[in-house]
Amino acid sequence: MLAALAFVAGWPLARTIWFGFTDASLGSLADAEWVGFANYLEWFDYGDGEGEWFGLLADAAWWEAVRNTLFFALVTVSIETALGMVVALVLNARFPLRGLVRAGVLVPWAIPTIVSAKMWAWMLNDQFGIINDLGVRLGLLAAPVAWVASADTALIAVMIVDIWKTTPFMALLILAGLQMIPEDIYEAARIDGVNPLLVFWKVTLPLVAPAILVAIVFRALDALRVFDIVYVLTPNNASTTTMSVFAQQNLFQFDQFAYGSAASTALFLVIGLVTLGYLRLARLDLGN
Amino acid sequence: MRRAVGLAKRIGFWALVALILFVSLFPFYYAILTSLETGTAIFEPNYFPEVFDLRNYAQVLGQGSFPRNVLNSILVATATVAISLFLGVTAAFALARIPFRGRKLLLLTVLSVSMFPQIAVLAGLFEMMRFLGLYNTLGSLILSYLIFTLPFTVWVLTTFMRDLPIEIEEAAIVDGAGPWDIVRRVFLPLMGPALAATGLLAFIQAWNEFLFALTFVASNETRTVPVAIALISGASSQETPWGPIMAASVIVTAPLIVLVMIFQRRIAAGLTTGGVKG
Repeated sequence: MLAALAFVAGWPLARTIWFGFTDASLGSLADAEWVGFANYLEWFDYGDGEGEWFGLLADAAWWEAVRNTLFFALVTVSIETALGMVVALVLNARFPLRGLVRAGVLVPWAIPTIVSAKMWAWMLNDQFGIINDLGVRLGLLAAPVAWVASADTALIAVMIVDIWKTTPFMALLILAGLQMIPEDIYEAARIDGVNPLLVFWKVTLPLVAPAILVAIVFRALDALRVFDIVYVLTPNNASTTTMSVFAQQNLFQFDQFAYGSAASTALFLVIGLVTLGYLRLARLDLGN
Repeated sequence: MRRAVGLAKRIGFWALVALILFVSLFPFYYAILTSLETGTAIFEPNYFPEVFDLRNYAQVLGQGSFPRNVLNSILVATATVAISLFLGVTAAFALARIPFRGRKLLLLTVLSVSMFPQIAVLAGLFEMMRFLGLYNTLGSLILSYLIFTLPFTVWVLTTFMRDLPIEIEEAAIVDGAGPWDIVRRVFLPLMGPALAATGLLAFIQAWNEFLFALTFVASNETRTVPVAIALISGASSQETPWGPIMAASVIVTAPLIVLVMIFQRRIAAGLTTGGVKG
């Protein structure tokens, strides 16, 4: 098992990092030669004292991808946590048909990401989409919006799909935390006549916090590497290009294998740093 | 007064339930609706079924490589599940029962692999697939999918196995059973539910994967369904054939939804231990 994991994960990771320091191209992987940090940052001298910085760290398109990804991750994870909490509270209540409702809530999670992106691309279609139709009918939209095509709304469209698709996952993780809370606590609060909102703030939330934190880490790591939705919903759109999409484009579409590898390595570092920073915070928090 | 407040509360609660269900289910309902419409009917937004036309399904299933793609997806997902369950059970047995140094560290390393961004191993895997001659074969997908199915399979099964009472094994050992017998005769029957849950989750993950399938496979005959759906296009770039796309989407999603309906309780349990995303 370990050998299998090292074979399919460890070795390719090492090779990706190595390719980031070479001049490899898609057609000539074998002849790749070491070029140091040139893919990351290099001063290109024009010979007359003038020059320019090149490389990933000087690439405006890369930094836009970084901004898009961080913004996407921050917004989607926050909204998914809030909505997931609401859904989890509902599913934690005892009511008839609860199993059926839980199964219904799980449906978006089970639908392949590509399929959900396509379904929403159709619903968000500027001319024939049902979202525009509904919005105009209900008076929420003054005129149909070109959700996916327009640069202002494309990232919003991507975030809507992601939130729809992954809130069930959040809800399930939070629900598991809610179900660990012993009934007696609520019983005691009810006998003391404590306001339900206060019970939520003072009892439920602190007790379920560890579960929420775990869920947020899983989701954040996942949101930082988002690829499928963007690739299908808004292809070739600079305003939604994320780090993963940037890396994939360079690797396989622009024939800049080495540059794409450098971008992949950078993404790996960003995710690693976020994880470490988070673990640090969580430990400090537990220390209190 | 108090009764009126209680009633209002209950109505509010059920309204919330209805809203959650509506938002969760409407896109899939609308996909079914669209898949049953052809011609101009598709371009008139409607909220309730008006026509019932199976031509989109006939088109998707009748021509091109879509049936082949479905078969590919089934093969890849089944093989991935079989391999990761086999490796997962043996590894979990070692991790849960055989004491050795650094066991905890090993388990954490395994879990951290599942956090890997897929893109970080993409370039290296691409080189490896070409080197192994697996490029453009289903084998490349089965092998690469182990990256994300194996860690959580091992994790969930180890957690489960650790909770099984050790006395059962001791009894088996007294009766003269070897380690392999213990795994096969004692653990496997007890672990049925855990195996079903992890297997199902691994199946869904493999069925839905897109990035590797897009990269390691390049011909219509070897593609899996997600890539096939992403690449369905019309006669010109202006007309997207929404009807057939929605029919294909319904075809690949319906089996998953049925599975979720049947196994929702187990999926919920498995998800929460493994922390996986589909």
